[in-house]
Amino acid sequence: MPRPAAVRTVALVGPPNSGKTTLFNRLTGLRQKVANFPGVTVEQHTGIAELPDGRTVSIVDLPGIYSLNPRSEDEQVAYDVLLGKRAGTAKPEAVLLVLDSTNLARHLMLAAPILALGLPTLIILNMADDLRNRGGQLDLRKLSHELGAPVTLVTARDGEGIDDVFDFLAGTMAKPLPTLLPVLHDVPKCREWAGGVGTKAGYRAPIAPKWTRRLDSVFLHPVAGPLLFLLVVVGVIRTIFMAALPLSNAAQAAISVSGKWIASTLPPSLLTSLIVDGVWKGVGSVLVFLPQVLLLFLFIGILEDSGYLSRAALIADRTMARVGLQGKSFIPLLSAYGCAVPAILATRTIENKRDRIATILIAPFMTCSARLPVYALLIAAFIPERNFIGSIITAQVAALLGLYLIGFLAAVATARMLKSSVLKSAQAPFLLEMPSYRWPTLQSLGLRLLDRAKVFLQRAGTIILLVTVILWVMAHVPYTGGQEPIENSLAGTMGRTIEPVIKPLGFNWKIGIGLITSLAARETIISTLGTIYGMDPESQGLDLQKALRQDLTPGGAVALLIFFAFAMQCMSTVAVVRRETGGWKWPILQFAYMGLLAYVGAFAAFHLIG
Amino acid sequence: MLQLSGNSSQPEAPLTSLGDLRKGDAAVLHLIDLPMEDARRLMELGFVPGATITAGFSAPGGDPRVFQVDGSEIALRRDTARRLRVREKAPRKVHTLPRKP
Repeated sequence: MPRPAAVRTVALVGPPNSGKTTLFNRLTGLRQKVANFPGVTVEQHTGIAELPDGRTVSIVDLPGIYSLNPRSEDEQVAYDVLLGKRAGTAKPEAVLLVLDSTNLARHLMLAAPILALGLPTLIILNMADDLRNRGGQLDLRKLSHELGAPVTLVTARDGEGIDDVFDFLAGTMAKPLPTLLPVLHDVPKCREWAGGVGTKAGYRAPIAPKWTRRLDSVFLHPVAGPLLFLLVVVGVIRTIFMAALPLSNAAQAAISVSGKWIASTLPPSLLTSLIVDGVWKGVGSVLVFLPQVLLLFLFIGILEDSGYLSRAALIADRTMARVGLQGKSFIPLLSAYGCAVPAILATRTIENKRDRIATILIAPFMTCSARLPVYALLIAAFIPERNFIGSIITAQVAALLGLYLIGFLAAVATARMLKSSVLKSAQAPFLLEMPSYRWPTLQSLGLRLLDRAKVFLQRAGTIILLVTVILWVMAHVPYTGGQEPIENSLAGTMGRTIEPVIKPLGFNWKIGIGLITSLAARETIISTLGTIYGMDPESQGLDLQKALRQDLTPGGAVALLIFFAFAMQCMSTVAVVRRETGGWKWPILQFAYMGLLAYVGAFAAFHLIG
Repeated sequence: MLQLSGNSSQPEAPLTSLGDLRKGDAAVLHLIDLPMEDARRLMELGFVPGATITAGFSAPGGDPRVFQVDGSEIALRRDTARRLRVREKAPRKVHTLPRKP
């Protein structure tokens, strides 16, 4: 038989918490691709499954759905793809329907609309190990007969029964036999049908998961629960700083050493300077944040895959409700302490669009890891090292804590303002399914990290690289071979042009250049100031802290700290907000609002302290 | 507004709301007093009239609370739970009459 010219496309469908993603990983492994469905913010995961005979099948992992009555963007995409209505995605030739075998009666409700599509369908009952261990029972042949389609039991976590799925993909893929399906729009009727099918197939539901109850009695304990929750929050934030710091430092050292090595092997020239100071250090300043970002995603992955994240969202719901948001906003806001970009991506789990936008808008107020080096430098240079509250909280530590606090307060106030005005939304019911606790699998965590590392390197790397090269060029134009002070270069002119605007904040043109370059990424101001002071004969011999003290008054330094606490100086965040909100409206508003707050705050600080 | 009636089985128990249940209480869902879309979403998760719902753990302060329904555990805020009218199953031990399962 000749091979079909085009690769077969098969859709993977299932309700949330059915283990669909684990199965997808199991079927496709590393041959995955993540992209957005054109025009919407829903992620499209496609992967290639290699069949035993060497042929390949393209598998589209559709968003988790409870029914085929499209309401959310996710469900609309799933619906459109299955009906072949979504441009750019081939209509699937067959469907793999993943259901949780431990909760079959309810999950079977989705089988009705899927079978009604008339596409060849394999019904995959996942979590067979759980069903068995907890005393559940089921007659596969009878169920298959009732549904008119093949049914198989698998355990996606360890690969049990996965061969049946490959056999289906390699086989002839027959259309489902006609069966009596319920009226699809009548949910109680569908449930009745699903229950009836289950009964006819001899389905006996397993007993309730004992360990989940036991763990919940601890994690949702009125006293121990919130304490453990706090411990997790503090633990995650601390570990991201503490454990990732040596990793980041090691990466920094490696880049610095290799930069020197490159400089020594190449002849001293303008091109060498561009490669070493521009490209290498520029890309390097991004690379050093990779360990933090990966660590953060490892934590999120463990918390999410284990099922704890749903409990955390439950505990946080009351607090989030007070500022008008819901518990699901808590997770992204927590991760925004690492970096706003993954935090904004994490808001995808929030179904309510207005809540999601509100969370996206306040996330960059959380003190991200890129602010930390800036804070550390300015605090060390300007805040005296003396006791504030005892010797544990020194004035410097208090200043740092204060900066974290004002960022948080700005976020809370902004959320309140947004949710009581433009983003006011009718209280849609808060529904959160509590999955059973499970051990996260290494494969799933590994694929997650790999995926994020790729995204991080691709996107952030290109922006920083571009800005660094542009700045390097501007600092050398017009080219005088180092004869003219940097003040007269294009970069210097740029700084002096904005000087009148920033003078009321206590900043001069040098800080101005730093503010402009830090628009790309906050920490760029440090390397920029280092370069400027290094090129200026007056400050050449001083270290960065001393040089800064010549340029900034204490009031100006506090103003600069406040400015960094509020301003949205991060191109990656702007870009990701644009992508996730589907247009320029929100990122522009957000940039202007945060900039205004930064300007007013810095102005007030400078004039109060002087 | 959508009101859905199940085939109520225990006329002797008064209608209360899901929000009134305490941990461990079980009740049969009688009607959902929510807009159509929200009611559908709840029904897809198993909150269909006639279903038995058991109140489980909650966040500190009792809100939101996790409800066991149709083999899953779903958390609802109290203001949503109040819109689900239920009849308590075996409300008090005082009643000794045998009940239908």
